[in-house]
Amino acid sequence: MKYFPTIGIECHVQLSTKTKLFSEVDNDARGKEPNSCVSPVDYALPGMLPRLNGEAIKFAIRAGRAMNCEINTSSRFDRKHYFYPDSPKGYQITQFYHPIIGEGYVELPEDGKKIRIEHAHLEGDAGKLTHFDTYSLVDLNRVDTPLIEIVSMPDMHSAKDAHDYCKTLWRLMCFAEVTNGDLYNGNMRFDVNVSLAPEGSDELGTRAEVKNLNSFKSVERAVEYEIKRQSKLLDKGEKVIQETRGWNDATGETTGQRSKEEAKDYRYMPEPDLPPINLSEEFIEAESKKLPLMPKDYREKFNGKIAEDTLEILLDYPALMKSLAEVKDVKRVSNWFASVLLAEEKSAEYLNDLPTGKQLNDLAEMTERGELSSTGAKEVFLKFFDPEMSKRDAKTIAKELGVIQENDLGELEKIVDKVLADPATKQAQEDFKNGQEKVIGFLVGQVMKESRGKANPSSAQQILRKKLQ
Amino acid sequence: MKIADKTTSAVSLVKEALEKAKKYENKNIFVFLNEENALKRAKEIDEKIARGEEVGRLAGVPYALKDNFLSKEGRTTASAHILEPFEAPINSTTVKKLENEGAIMIGRANLDAFAHGSSTENSYFGPTKNAKDDERVAGGSSGGSAVSVALDIVQFATGTDTGGSIRQPASFNGIYGFKPTYGTISRYGVVAMASSTDCIGFFTKSTEDMDLLMEICSGQDENDLTTLPDYYIKSEVKKVQKIGIIKDFDNEKVAPEIRNALKNKVELLKSKGYEIVDLEMPALKYALAVYYIVVPAEVASNLSRYDGIRYGFRSEEAKNLDEIFAKSRGEGFMSENKRRIMIGNFVLSSGFYDAYYLKAQKARTKIIEEYNNAFSKVDFILTPVSPNPAFKLGEKVNDPVSMYLEDVMSVPINLAGVPSLTVPAGKTEEGLPLGLQLVGPRRSDKTLLSFANELKEESDV
Repeated sequence: MKYFPTIGIECHVQLSTKTKLFSEVDNDARGKEPNSCVSPVDYALPGMLPRLNGEAIKFAIRAGRAMNCEINTSSRFDRKHYFYPDSPKGYQITQFYHPIIGEGYVELPEDGKKIRIEHAHLEGDAGKLTHFDTYSLVDLNRVDTPLIEIVSMPDMHSAKDAHDYCKTLWRLMCFAEVTNGDLYNGNMRFDVNVSLAPEGSDELGTRAEVKNLNSFKSVERAVEYEIKRQSKLLDKGEKVIQETRGWNDATGETTGQRSKEEAKDYRYMPEPDLPPINLSEEFIEAESKKLPLMPKDYREKFNGKIAEDTLEILLDYPALMKSLAEVKDVKRVSNWFASVLLAEEKSAEYLNDLPTGKQLNDLAEMTERGELSSTGAKEVFLKFFDPEMSKRDAKTIAKELGVIQENDLGELEKIVDKVLADPATKQAQEDFKNGQEKVIGFLVGQVMKESRGKANPSSAQQILRKKLQ
Repeated sequence: MKIADKTTSAVSLVKEALEKAKKYENKNIFVFLNEENALKRAKEIDEKIARGEEVGRLAGVPYALKDNFLSKEGRTTASAHILEPFEAPINSTTVKKLENEGAIMIGRANLDAFAHGSSTENSYFGPTKNAKDDERVAGGSSGGSAVSVALDIVQFATGTDTGGSIRQPASFNGIYGFKPTYGTISRYGVVAMASSTDCIGFFTKSTEDMDLLMEICSGQDENDLTTLPDYYIKSEVKKVQKIGIIKDFDNEKVAPEIRNALKNKVELLKSKGYEIVDLEMPALKYALAVYYIVVPAEVASNLSRYDGIRYGFRSEEAKNLDEIFAKSRGEGFMSENKRRIMIGNFVLSSGFYDAYYLKAQKARTKIIEEYNNAFSKVDFILTPVSPNPAFKLGEKVNDPVSMYLEDVMSVPINLAGVPSLTVPAGKTEEGLPLGLQLVGPRRSDKTLLSFANELKEESDV
C-alpha cells in the first residue's frame, strides 16, 4: 500500500547569551574544565533561587520574530520533574503552560512551503553525562544554558521537507544571532516525529519520535528510514508503537528506546520562585526592530547582483553575508567568496575570522582600477584568511605579494621604449607592422618581463600599438 | 538592644549566652553551638568599640539561627539526616545582613526536619522541649528558635513560617513571633519548604526589637525575585481604629483558655476605644485543605534536589543509579517528609493536577479575596494562633491529621501572604503560655508591630 507520511519537529536551540538562564556564570563552556561554569544556583544547593537572564528574553523575542511568531506579553515558567544526575534540581525549569513565543511560520526557500510553528518556549538545558563501564561522570557546565524549544505543526510530508525545514530554521536562528549554531557541538538538536497514514486517509497514524538528531543529513536519513520501517510494519498488518527511538548514524537505523505508555509523569507545576514575565508592547517592538537582516532580506537585497545558486551557498555563512552587506562591489566580492568556498573547499571554520568591509572594498576598488589582475586579487583575498596577514590592508598585502600592476603610464612608456629599443625585438616589430597581429603578445610579454610582472598588460598593449603605428 | 548602651561587652554577652545554652542542654534547643567563632567575633567587636570604630546596630547581640538558614559557620542540616553532612559555602541573605550589623550567631536551633511539622518532634536530632514544661512540645517547626528566646539564652532568633512555624511556637512559649508580608525578607539561602508561602521572620521579647530586625533584614534582594520592592523602611505608622474578630474561629474546638484570652484582649481594646467588628470569612474553612495540597506539591518539588548525587547523605547500600536515588532518599528523609512528598507528587500527577492542584489554586484566590474584603472593613484581625496550647510530647506524633488540624488558624495567613504577629496573651492555669495573632493587610507590617503594644499587659508573660 502507499502511505502518506506526516512529520512534526521539535528543535532545541542553545542561546548564545553571555550568562546562563538563571545564574550569572559564563554560558560559554567551550574549552573549559568540566564543572567550572557552575554557580550554586545551577548546582542546586539548598536555598538557591533562580534569577532570570533578561538577555535570554530579548533573544527569545528575536528568535520568535525570525519565525514570524507572535510574542506573548505574558508568559511563565513551570517545573518539569524527573530524577537524573544531569538535572541537579530534580526538575527542569521550562514553560509548559504559557510559552513566550506563540504561533508563527517558517517558509522553505526552495518551494515557498510554509511550515507552521505551534509555539516556542524558553527552558534550561541539562548537564552532560559520560558513561564508563562501572561509573558515569557528570559535567554540569551546560546546566541551565538557555534553550528555546521550537515546536512545529505536523506540516512536513517528506524527508526533504524535514531536511529543508531544519536547515531553514538553522539559518534563521543564526541570522537572528541568537545561537552559535554549531551543530557538531549540539547547539541545535532535532526531535523528529514521523507517522504514516494510508494515502487519502484523513486520520494520522501512530507516530514514533526519533530523538536528538544534530545534523540536517541525519534528520533526512532518519525520516527516510522511519518511512521505510513503518511502511514494512503496516504492510505486514502490524502496528507502529508510539515510542521514542534513537538514531545510529553509523548504521543509518533507528532503534526503540522507551515507549510512551510507560513514559515518565513529569508532574508539571508552575515555578513559584519566578514571577511571570510581563512584556510591554513597546519593549517587544523595540527588540523586534533589532532583528538583523534575515535570509529573505539578503535575497531581496542581492537580487540581480549575486547569482541565485551562489547566494544559496553563501547563505550558509551568516557572518559572511553580514560583511557582504557592507561591500560596494557585491558581485565581485561574492564571487571571491564563492570560489574560495567551492574551489578551495574551505570549511566554514575557515570563515570564522572574516575580512572587514574596508579590506574587501579596498581590494575590489584596486581590482576595478586595474591595479591588480584577477589572479592577483584572488591571491590577496586568500591572504585575508591567513592569520599572519589577515589584519593588514589590501594594498599592503598586494605590495608584499608583489602583485600590483604598473599603471603609471609615463613609467610604462619608458619600459616600452626600452623593449622597442632592444635589438632582440626588431624582427617582431617588423612582423607586427606587416600585419602579424599575434606578435603583439610576444611584445607585451617582453614588457611584462622588463617590469617584473607589475605592468598592466592591457595598458602595455595600448602603448605598444600606438608606438608601432 | 542592650548592647547599644555599651554597659557590657560583646564577649561577656556571648559567654553568658553560651553558658545558658549549655545549662538548658536537656531542652535540646541547639543542633550546633558556635562557640569558637562566636567568641572570636565578639572579641573583634569589642576591639572595634575600644578603637572607637563604628559598629553595627546589632553589635555583639547573640542570636540563634534556625538550622535551615545557610551559614558558613557549622553545618546546615535543616535537622534532616539527608543534609547532615552539608557545609554551606555561602551565607543566606538574612545571615549576611545580621552579621553586617554585628549580630553573633551562638548556635543553630533545632526544627522539624525541613520545617515539616508543628512540634519539632520530626527533627532527626530529637524534639525540643517547651520552655515552661519539659513534657510538652516547643511547637514547630521553629521550636529551637522559640525556646532559645523564651529562656533568654539569646536576644532574638530567626525563624521560617510556611504555615505557622514561627507564630505557633512563639505562642507555645509566650514570646513575640513575626511572619511578615510574603516577600518582605529574602528567602535566598534558606532551605526551601514551600516557595509560595515560605516567609522569613523572627522571635523576640519586644516589638521594638522586632521592628529593628525588620529594618535590618527586610528589602528587595536581586537573588530572590519574589521579594517586594523596599517598603518596610519607608513605612509610616498609620492610625488604627477597627479590629476584626473572626466569628467562625470562636467555636468549641478551640480550648476555653484561648477563647478567654481572646475575650480579654477584645475587652482591653474596647476599653481603649477601638471598634470591634465581627467578620464572616467563610472561605477560610477551605484553607487547611488548600494548604495541604499546595504546600506538599511545592515541598515534593523543592526536595527533589536531595538525590544523593552532589552533596548530603548518600546511602552506602546503593548499588546502581536508581538505588542511589531511592535508598539515599528513603533513609535520609523522615516519615513526615516522605508523607508530604507522596501527597505532593500525587496531587501533581498527570490526571489529578486539575482536580487537586488547580482547584486548590482557585480556592487560594478566594481566600486572598476574602482577606482583601475583610481589610476593607477593619485595620487588623485578632485571632487565636492554634486551637490548643502546647500539647504533650508524643501526643499527636502518630496522628498526622490531628497534628495538621493544629494549623487550621495559622495557614490561611500564609496562603494570603499577609503579615501576622504572635503576641503573648497570658497563661493557662498550669502556667502554659498563651498567644494570639494580630493579622494585617499586605505591607501593613510596620503599623502592625507598633499597634501590638496596645495589646500589652503585665499579666501577659
